[in-house]
Amino acid sequence: MNEKMNSRTLRTLPREKAFYFFTSIGNYTGESAASLKEFMAKITEVNVKSLEFHFYRGDFEKWMAEVLEDKELAEQIGTFRKMSPIGENLKNGLYRILVRRCSKLRSAP
Amino acid sequence: MKFKSDAVALDATDLEILEVLQKNARQTYTAIGKSLGLAHSTVYDRIKRMELHGIIKEYTAVINVEKAGAKNIIAIMTIFTDPKESNKVAEKLCEAPQIVEVYTSLSEELLIIAKVVAENQESLHEFIASSVAPLPGVLRIRTSMITKKFKETRLSIANNPKRLTLIKEKHNKIGENKR
Repeated sequence: MNEKMNSRTLRTLPREKAFYFFTSIGNYTGESAASLKEFMAKITEVNVKSLEFHFYRGDFEKWMAEVLEDKELAEQIGTFRKMSPIGENLKNGLYRILVRRCSKLRSAP
Repeated sequence: MKFKSDAVALDATDLEILEVLQKNARQTYTAIGKSLGLAHSTVYDRIKRMELHGIIKEYTAVINVEKAGAKNIIAIMTIFTDPKESNKVAEKLCEAPQIVEVYTSLSEELLIIAKVVAENQESLHEFIASSVAPLPGVLRIRTSMITKKFKETRLSIANNPKRLTLIKEKHNKIGENKR
């Protein structure tokens, strides 16, 4: 992992590349995240129904791999999905993964 | 009594011609005249005048898209917006080919109601997530997918309550003259 990659993952994205939280097909909550830091904060705020909707569609992994360009984080989320978490377990589990990843990215040279 | 439309006054005969045209726009002037008891030259003049003033916008075919082989899903989006950005959001929505109708509505909050057509649920979601939610001023979106259509009619002269009054008045006058 190099510094350039870290700053890419931690950057703030333009509006059109942000993650938009929905609760079901076409139902936008009004919450969005334009950076990994903001995404982490929103995870604790949005309705868990929205987390479940996106988590089981693979939307989080897709955004992390394709937009934030952090394949490692995307893989960690994918591995977590195999445990089929729901509700608060899903919210807490996601948050833990993101906290770990953020601190690793920040501390890496 | 006359019915004003953008400074062009329409009388009961004009409205009757429009009603006949809305039922079948491929009729000849003679056929329209015959059904309304008018000379074909009168029908011609009135239609040309209404075309000139933009009352008759175009003559088009109404396609049954399902019979034509298109298997689309239709959804109604209710978009809650920041009132300052509402017009810009509505204008932006009008540019998208997936959106077929856009309206603004004032209830407790300022809303935009839009009818959207998509190939399937996934493409509908992708369109809303990537093209509607990111528009500045969009606060939240509620989408309802249409499962069954019970009625669909285009706005017609026949639906206009004023038209009924005008035509009734015209026929009353004709009746009085005959007596």
